[in-house]
Amino acid sequence: MASVALQSIGKSFAGVPVLRDINLDIADGEFLTLVGASGCGKSTLIRIIAGLEPQSTGTVLIGGVPVDHLRPHERQVAMVFQSYALYPHMKVFANIALPLVMSRLTLVERLPFLRLMSRRRRSVMAGINDEVRAVAKQLQIEGLLERRPSQLSGGQRQRVALGRAMVRKPAAFLMDEPLSNLDAKLRVHMRSELAELHARIGTTFVYVTHDQVEAMTMSDRVAMMDNGEILQLGRPSELYARPANIRVAQFIGTPAINLLPAKANAEGFVEMLGHSLPVRAVSAPGSALTIGIRPEALTPTPLSTTRAGFHALSGKLRRSENLGAGHILHVDLIAPAHGSVTCAVAGALEPFVIDGAELALQFASAACHVFDANGERVADNDAHTHAMPAATRVGALG
Amino acid sequence: MTTAATLPYVGQPVRRDRQRMIERIAGIGFAMPAFVLLLLTNVVPLLVLLYLSFTDFKLGELNSHFLGLDNFRKALADPVFRRSLYNTFIYVAIVLPGAVGLGLLIAVLLHRRKRTRSFYEVIYFLPVTSTLIAMATVWQFILHPRLGPVNGVLRAMGFNAIPFLSEPSYVLPTLAAIGIWQLVGFNMVLFLAGLSAIPRDLYEAAEIDGCRSGIDRFITITWPLLGPTTMFVIVTTSITAFKVFDTVAVMTRGGPMGSSEVLLYAIYLEGYQYFHMGYAAALTLIFLAFVLLFSILQTFVLERRVHY
Repeated sequence: MASVALQSIGKSFAGVPVLRDINLDIADGEFLTLVGASGCGKSTLIRIIAGLEPQSTGTVLIGGVPVDHLRPHERQVAMVFQSYALYPHMKVFANIALPLVMSRLTLVERLPFLRLMSRRRRSVMAGINDEVRAVAKQLQIEGLLERRPSQLSGGQRQRVALGRAMVRKPAAFLMDEPLSNLDAKLRVHMRSELAELHARIGTTFVYVTHDQVEAMTMSDRVAMMDNGEILQLGRPSELYARPANIRVAQFIGTPAINLLPAKANAEGFVEMLGHSLPVRAVSAPGSALTIGIRPEALTPTPLSTTRAGFHALSGKLRRSENLGAGHILHVDLIAPAHGSVTCAVAGALEPFVIDGAELALQFASAACHVFDANGERVADNDAHTHAMPAATRVGALG
Repeated sequence: MTTAATLPYVGQPVRRDRQRMIERIAGIGFAMPAFVLLLLTNVVPLLVLLYLSFTDFKLGELNSHFLGLDNFRKALADPVFRRSLYNTFIYVAIVLPGAVGLGLLIAVLLHRRKRTRSFYEVIYFLPVTSTLIAMATVWQFILHPRLGPVNGVLRAMGFNAIPFLSEPSYVLPTLAAIGIWQLVGFNMVLFLAGLSAIPRDLYEAAEIDGCRSGIDRFITITWPLLGPTTMFVIVTTSITAFKVFDTVAVMTRGGPMGSSEVLLYAIYLEGYQYFHMGYAAALTLIFLAFVLLFSILQTFVLERRVHY
């Protein structure tokens, strides 16, 4: 069990930079998720931690010790691949036992015929046998030990891959999108199993995924990556409630956040669609801003309704999607505004919400996320405080 | 006249049966040309061979007598036949591990190369594409005791010239070496295909699990997953090795003193030099039985250890 630290990690493939100056501190026992769209560099980063790829610049430290010169198996990490990478020609028992066999037996003791000559082998194998069975029991796959990977289902294969990683008792688990190959229902089930496993064994988990739901539900902290950089590092609730960047705001949360153009007006407040909102703008008057409002923060009411303390967007309902537990409304904004927004409503729809109806979507100013022209978060959306300086992107633990 | 509404299935069963009959005839019709060809070129000659082996037919004679199993009895007691069997087995025993092992070695060495891979593939595959009879003549020159470059180099280094093809104990290994030279390229291509089928992340998982050296990787992952390919290569190589003829016919003609007389060459001599067609047919059937037995044996033994 150890902490993992990345210092100034950079990686280029043939001159094309894939990772740019990554600095990351993962505490001992933490579950950290690297999340981002495809191609953002998260898989490359985890492979660098594992030692499968050498980094172009920077250092990797495991347990405070630089490990750049160490081969993957010397780094005390275990990896679970997206395709599980189970050895198809070995039974499940041999798959799980392989890391122990490799580390405890010499080459001669492993060769097909010569190993019959070794007396030490029998006692070592007995020890390995016990350990493998203990891990299999923990993962509830004892009955599968005599099968081959081709005879297992996706979820079972995933558990075998986990078992192979667990049996090494590594300093850190590295998981490269392990749930991506499972169907939706199984994914939900395995998500909670992985989270429980982490709670039980307490080892550091570094988890890579492109699914923001997995990131939000399983992690202690989330590092959102885009184009080789870490955009924001913090608790899942922080990334949801205070996204540091438009890209983070758009990635986290389903349906995606609504983005509307705004500007800073002469009085120093944010002005959107002609209405001044009680949100202070740090930027110079006249500068362009973007307001982000989450669909959950919008409430549909009849067009002429006003509510104290709320502001409203006027629009016409184009269509609604029924999710069972709630609805998603696609609303086209009425002139002078243009564009469309999504609104998420829990429970049944009010009778006035029908296709083509004109609605006022109510929102509180506290629900507005303000971003400047570069996409960076600029203001704390509390009308009564002074605007804070641009929020620090790399949040400290705690 | 009943309407379609009250008896909806009138007329349908008849149409369906006729449809099936047409499909069946069409199917047989499409398969027939290939089947007839197979019959004429493979099965019919085999049946003729079977018939001939029970007679004492001589090429050119007008009448022949039925001998029953005499030809077979004679073959099993014939010292010439026994010797040719022994020579063939020695040849196969050298060529089989040599061609399979070298093919695998070269494939493993070439597998990871990017720029020079095609170059080496072409070089190793050229012997496979060449006509063995023409190449045999070239080899005869290369290995010549006085005129050949091999012996020239040996003499320049201070050794005596080695009579590769005229010394009875050197002849079979020399022919085996030429046989290996001809087969290695083909086996290499097959092994390269087998190696590409092994997923990359298996090696990465093995690396994390502790497979340090190339030997570890080979015995843990590469060799087991090459199982099907290896089985195929072993069976085809042994069949090809059993069928050796060209090099013997061109270079040594069975000599010196019958030390390179292999099965097929012995059969050729019996049938086309001595014209004992009936006897040659019996020998051919014994040869066929050997090859079949060998292949079936290999398939059964290897099938159990191969995983798909």
